[in-house]
Amino acid sequence: MEKLNIMLVGVGGQGTLLASRVLGAVALKKSFDVKVSEVHGMSQRGGSVVTYVKFGSKVYSPLVEKGDADIIMAFEQLEALRWVEYLKDGGKMLINDQKINPMPVIIGKAKYPENIIEKVKENYNNIVSIDALKLAKECGNIKAVNIVLLGLMAKSTHIEKDVWIEAIKEVVPQKVLDINLKAFEAGYNS
Amino acid sequence: MKKLMLGNEAVARGAYEAGVTVAAAYPGTPSTEITENIAKYDEIYSEWSPNEKVSLEVAIGACIAGARSICSMKHVGLNVAADPLFTASYTGVNAGLVIMVADDPGMHSSQNEQDSRFYARASKVPMLEPADSQECKDFVKQAFEISEKFDCPVFVRLSTRIAHSQSVVELGEKVDFKLKDYNKDFNKYVMMPAMARKRHVEVEKRMAALREFSNTSEINKIEWGSKEIGVITSGIAYQYAREVFGDVSYLKIGMVHPLPEKLIADFAKEVKTLYAIEELEPFIENQVRKMGINVIGKDLLPVVGEYSAQLIKEKVFGEKVETKTLINDVVPVRPPVMCPGCPHRGMYYVIKKLKLTVSGDIGCYTLGALPPTECMDTCICMGASVSAAHGMEKARGKEFGKKTVAVLGDSTFIHSGITGLIDIVYNKGNSTVIILDNSITGMTGHQHNPTTGFTIKGEPTRQVDLVKLSNAVGVDRVKVVDPFDLKEFEKIVKEEIEADEPSVIISQRPCALLKDVKFEGPLKINSEKCKMCKMCLKIGCPALVDKGEFIEINDALCVGCELCTKLCSCAAIEKAGDNNGKA
Repeated sequence: MEKLNIMLVGVGGQGTLLASRVLGAVALKKSFDVKVSEVHGMSQRGGSVVTYVKFGSKVYSPLVEKGDADIIMAFEQLEALRWVEYLKDGGKMLINDQKINPMPVIIGKAKYPENIIEKVKENYNNIVSIDALKLAKECGNIKAVNIVLLGLMAKSTHIEKDVWIEAIKEVVPQKVLDINLKAFEAGYNS
Repeated sequence: MKKLMLGNEAVARGAYEAGVTVAAAYPGTPSTEITENIAKYDEIYSEWSPNEKVSLEVAIGACIAGARSICSMKHVGLNVAADPLFTASYTGVNAGLVIMVADDPGMHSSQNEQDSRFYARASKVPMLEPADSQECKDFVKQAFEISEKFDCPVFVRLSTRIAHSQSVVELGEKVDFKLKDYNKDFNKYVMMPAMARKRHVEVEKRMAALREFSNTSEINKIEWGSKEIGVITSGIAYQYAREVFGDVSYLKIGMVHPLPEKLIADFAKEVKTLYAIEELEPFIENQVRKMGINVIGKDLLPVVGEYSAQLIKEKVFGEKVETKTLINDVVPVRPPVMCPGCPHRGMYYVIKKLKLTVSGDIGCYTLGALPPTECMDTCICMGASVSAAHGMEKARGKEFGKKTVAVLGDSTFIHSGITGLIDIVYNKGNSTVIILDNSITGMTGHQHNPTTGFTIKGEPTRQVDLVKLSNAVGVDRVKVVDPFDLKEFEKIVKEEIEADEPSVIISQRPCALLKDVKFEGPLKINSEKCKMCKMCLKIGCPALVDKGEFIEINDALCVGCELCTKLCSCAAIEKAGDNNGKA
């Protein structure tokens, strides 16, 4: 693998940061050069957030550009639609089928597009959708949506499962580790 | 040992390895995590100061007393700290002093896009600019050496994408830095005119020596490739340029002030076409032009916003990236919103109902300017809400003042709202100031401040009593009220705006994201009881969804704060009885 460009897109508060940290730990374990670009501050508060993770032999810019993402993990349907153009030809998108209405929709100034997953699947080849919220709930905490999605993603890379589990153990706080390991398995086996 | 680190975390590590023992800061995105990470080292005394000016003064005092010291702030924080900065440039240091300043191109979380490099030039303080986390650590260590060698504070400038990107860092050993002797030296540290005149001469000598250092130091380096194109660049722009230009020649500037003029001239001679690639202002470019060298830069590239490799490619080579839009749905924007359970929501509901003019400030509550609340009229800088409300009243008279309130957070009030309040009392104003006391500094990610009762290290400390403080500066009308008690809150606001004297309302309820804030879990709407009056939607909570035929509560978002139940006229909002798997 020469390089891997990953994007995590979602709504502030969904745990994209933690997931990106696990990805960074995975890259380091595999001795790749890696950069992870995060969003903090104002835009984090329930806004549209994007985190970039780039692996490779040498990484310069931390940003993934339009048409250059190998994998996009979308934590929410509308965010999947917003960022799908960043996929490269043959790139893969994993979509959590959760919906969170943005404020313009809540106040009736805009409409939440219908049948997003169907449309994305019609137009792009490598799209997988999953009810990560349900799986996370079954594992014991809806906040584990991020790790369920990581599990799903892990399966679609060539990186060994053990490496992922080690990375989760390093990054996730001890007291929620068990729930998150369960969540990883749930995503991996879904 | 190699570790993946945020730029900010690497700065903290650099400070640790350099033997820093005093660190002070006021939180501000994108600089906050520097001092949060420094606080994890037991060897370093660290503090959240009330504002950036105080934090820089603490660091100046510490460095004069002999300790390597570091002070960190965001770009606009440097405006606040500018006063001590310009004179610390004259006094110089005893042990090293490093000032971290983080710019925010693209304004991810800021009110302006100012370029801090001009402060380095104006204050005659050298400035380094790292391009990844490894350099963040290395440059901070080097900055301490430069500071002590040239007897001056040293800036290290970050931008959001450096501060908030993680990359690989090779950890080093901590140097054994002993506290330097403290010797009284009033010619150096007492800046009265007679002494300052002599120090200014020293400052100019130092700048000449630093210009020479910049030419020879390896912090500025040439990476030779094809000489058809030469690129002068620094910081994050270097990373983008490497992707765009590929195998050409680069002069990577690590010291942006003073620039290595000789090195630049030598580099420019060797290459056919010269570019200066830098975000924000043409800081490097204009100095290169002044040397009589032709360079391409801002004639093609914007001074506005954040760069990316794609943007540079487009502007410099005219290469548009073709992406096909396959799905034609309009994708609604998703601006940030106040969280479910946020205490500010109750306060804004009342203010909107009373149709007040709101002189606003910097914090999570600035989100109240956006729909659906749309309550805030102004937001200028930290603390401006209080003084600007006073100005509004003086401009338009008492009656206008009675329809106006200042709104600001607890931390912002301590930062620089208190001086505005003193102004109101002293100059016979009548303004009403609402202090949002949510027990934490919220927007920057939960830092303690003088009103929370805890230090940066989580140690209990004496807490500033906002009621007594307001009383002490001469405000007799001080009310404390829970913003979720909507009736009481409305009653108090009405009383206080009517009063012919200044008042302070402390809107007290902890941030919903704090660990010890527990709600009883999501609510649901009983459709048999709901009469679709839609009153609940007036609070603008993202968990309440208008489905047209009915209203639904998104149970993944709802925390169960029950603010909406207070507006529901038919008692249709009930506990869902499902706690999302949480114990």
